Amino acid sequence: MTQTQRRIGAPVLAVQGVSLSFGGVKALQDVSFDVRQHEVRAIIGPNGAGKSSMLNVINGVYHPQQGTITFKGETRSDMNSHEAAAMGIARTFQNIALFKGMTVLDNIMTGRNLKMRTNFLQQAIWIGPAKREELEHRRKVEEVVDFLEIQHIRKTPVGRLPYGLQKRVELARALAAEPEVLLLDEPMAGMNMEEKQDMCRFILDVNDQYGTTIVLIEHDMGVVMDISDRVVVLDYGRKIADGTPAEVRGDQRVIDAYLGVAH
Amino acid sequence: MLYREAGQFKTSYAADQQIFPILQDRIGVIAVLVLAFIVVPLIADQYWLGAILTPFLIFSLAALGLNILTGYAGQLSLGTAAFMAVGAFMAYNAQLRIPGMPIIGSFILGGLCAAAVGIVFGLPSLRIKGFYLAVATLACQFFVLWALQRFGWFSNYSSSGVITAQKMVILGYELDSPQAKYLLTLFVVAGLALLAKNLVRSETGRAFMAVRDMDVAAGVIGIPLMQTKLLAFAISSFYCGVAGALFAFCYLGTVEPEAFNLDLSFRVLFMIIIGGVGSILGSFLGAGFITLFPIFLSVVSQTISHATGMEISHAIVSNLELIIFGALIIFFLIVEPHGLARLWQIGKEKLRLWPFPH
Amino acid sequence: MELAFFIEVLAGGLLAGVMYSLVALGFVLIYKASGVFNFAQGAMVFFAALTFVSLVERGMNFWLALVITLAVMVVLGLAIEKVVLRPLVNQAPITLFMATIGLTFVLEGLSQLVWGSQPHGLELGVPDVPIEWLSQKANINISQFDLFASAVAGTLVAVLAVFFQKTRIGRALRAVADDHQAALAVGIPLKQIWGIVWAVAGFVALVAGLMWGVRNGIQYALTFVALKALPVLILGGFESIAGAIIGGLIIGASEKLAEVYLGPYVGGGIEGWFAYVIALVFLLFRPQGLFGEKIIERV
Repeated sequence: MTQTQRRIGAPVLAVQGVSLSFGGVKALQDVSFDVRQHEVRAIIGPNGAGKSSMLNVINGVYHPQQGTITFKGETRSDMNSHEAAAMGIARTFQNIALFKGMTVLDNIMTGRNLKMRTNFLQQAIWIGPAKREELEHRRKVEEVVDFLEIQHIRKTPVGRLPYGLQKRVELARALAAEPEVLLLDEPMAGMNMEEKQDMCRFILDVNDQYGTTIVLIEHDMGVVMDISDRVVVLDYGRKIADGTPAEVRGDQRVIDAYLGVAH
Repeated sequence: MLYREAGQFKTSYAADQQIFPILQDRIGVIAVLVLAFIVVPLIADQYWLGAILTPFLIFSLAALGLNILTGYAGQLSLGTAAFMAVGAFMAYNAQLRIPGMPIIGSFILGGLCAAAVGIVFGLPSLRIKGFYLAVATLACQFFVLWALQRFGWFSNYSSSGVITAQKMVILGYELDSPQAKYLLTLFVVAGLALLAKNLVRSETGRAFMAVRDMDVAAGVIGIPLMQTKLLAFAISSFYCGVAGALFAFCYLGTVEPEAFNLDLSFRVLFMIIIGGVGSILGSFLGAGFITLFPIFLSVVSQTISHATGMEISHAIVSNLELIIFGALIIFFLIVEPHGLARLWQIGKEKLRLWPFPH
Repeated sequence: MELAFFIEVLAGGLLAGVMYSLVALGFVLIYKASGVFNFAQGAMVFFAALTFVSLVERGMNFWLALVITLAVMVVLGLAIEKVVLRPLVNQAPITLFMATIGLTFVLEGLSQLVWGSQPHGLELGVPDVPIEWLSQKANINISQFDLFASAVAGTLVAVLAVFFQKTRIGRALRAVADDHQAALAVGIPLKQIWGIVWAVAGFVALVAGLMWGVRNGIQYALTFVALKALPVLILGGFESIAGAIIGGLIIGASEKLAEVYLGPYVGGGIEGWFAYVIALVFLLFRPQGLFGEKIIERV
């Protein structure tokens, strides 16, 4: 339904021949794939396959020993995470990386960091440009809060929230940056059925309403089959399959490495 | 029932962002300000003004500075006293060497010099964290004191580096009396506290706290780590520098580098631990506590002396002071790591329900 | 002439460094076993030395005083572990560090409250005079006492090294240092181990206190010796006994050499901060020290 409404465009992100090692451990070996605009791309594979490392390479946290990342026409191998964020890539983390000492609202506001222009002196004086800017961004953040239905916990310190809500707040923070590409690292890990359904709905809504390209790592096969347009399968740092969910599910190599007996 | 928020709905984000959104709080704060600015100078005596209230304000400012760096930005610093020293000595030199320099200008210049020193000694924070950083700030502390003593220029070549603060004149009025010094200090501290409050509520404050809580994540979402950390050092040192200048000009009058030793750095650190790390109010509460507590102790010991006829020596009292301070630090860290400020908050929350139990 | 003087300064520096190492050892022990950076180590050194010397001055026999002081330090260690550390067991390291700062003040006040605040001298039977044949033959002045202190330090390190490597308790200590949960899982009694560690640290503090006491007299300033141990630990790493020794030697030597050879150009007094600047420079290039383990942060 939504798949036919969205117009999936040309590749906006391309991973070319990326190899990454830590000391003697080869996390990624010669991985290449692309991500098209507006699509939902899943990366799956057994534990230790290199999925998180792949995301970390895409947004500049790790620098690959070989290979490049092409994003919005620029081909780089040494992008740092600050530049990635500035160029429109936002992400969430496997082990929640929220700022535990701040409230939900403050955490989401930090996502607007790159869009704020006033300097500290103006902020100290408050009256004038700083106040206007703060209120303007507050309005934007409240849109995200509404969208993800977390109004009731705005002023709660995130450290006190249950795990599922923390994940949602992390998603909100990533969305607040109005990214073009959203990298989600196991957004549904540790959630129960109901929470997973909510999260799926949110992810699809983001893709629908904002047209954000989404790359997500996920273990739940049902979710992957349901919401993704295309899937990349990694195993021991290598790409072993790349295609639509149906294609990948039927691929013998994938079954052997990851899925087990097809059912 | 007095502290009910019933009926106080916020209908705009602007209203929600106010520093004191609750009406009763606002009334309370205005009352305190009236008390501080108008009532106190009229009724307080010289001892209270000169020996208690003025140093309380000055230490609150220093605690505020340290809180910005350690409490909000998470960079542990043991060099607070060194920054105060820079502020004091550079303000003195500004008054001395720049003809016609207004006193506030000298304070600001002292603060800026302290900020510059802060940035230099804050550079290691880009690579080191936690108490490794504390060691780097120790280097700053010892080096700055040595430099102030060694290079006579700072103290205008007086022996042992002593400086005597010049007379302060604003718009033709000579600020000589304890009342005048108190009011000047109050004015400066209140103003800087307001700026600090605005700062920590805004994006800069959030960036500081993000760096404190998880700097790797902060970097990934786009917060510039280097600028943020150095800005924290700069602003914090500026505040400590101004506090140092006030320390020399409005409190002691005559200071030497030794007055800004490691002991003072620890005192200010204690103020923010007891008062509440990461809280503007906490800086004031902690400073108040540590300023008043020795006086309280000596009054108690004198009372006991008179009552029982036993002589309690000064040495015993000051050792008791050490023990109780240390024990309080440990107590607060165990029981209420967010210090007096959190206790204050809890008290207010209980007050909202009063007289009902829940 | 020049060479002899250089050797004298170097030796003096190295031997002063041994003193720093003794204090640093206490830090390393506690850090290794409980991950706590015990800022109060200096105050423990002070307290141990003061207790010992006060007992001796009141007429107690040397060896009896030593045993009693040791017992007091052990009890103190256990009390600290129970009252201060256990309640804070899951807090951030910075909280624990600040708690030990508070502990420092408690110990300082307590020491002086109980024993008074006059400085004391201390005699251990080895005089602080140059070794005769060295100063006569080669014109190099090295104190007998310094040599004695190094011998003591060396023995202590050897004993500790054997203790950690060869004995069951030593193994248990290393296990606890690595991973508290895992140690619990294999049945190591955590609380007992911590108690033992603090007791041993107390013993080391006593030895350090005695050595320093002879050299500088026992006075309030002794507590700040702890601060000098910090650069030593940064160089040597917080978890390495060998590092504490080598770090101490390097800091001691460079400090003295800097004071003598660089000092005159900037008016002297360098010793107060030189060690810290070395530590600072080190931190910028090798934050884990010479022997420490590299810290990797994962997101």
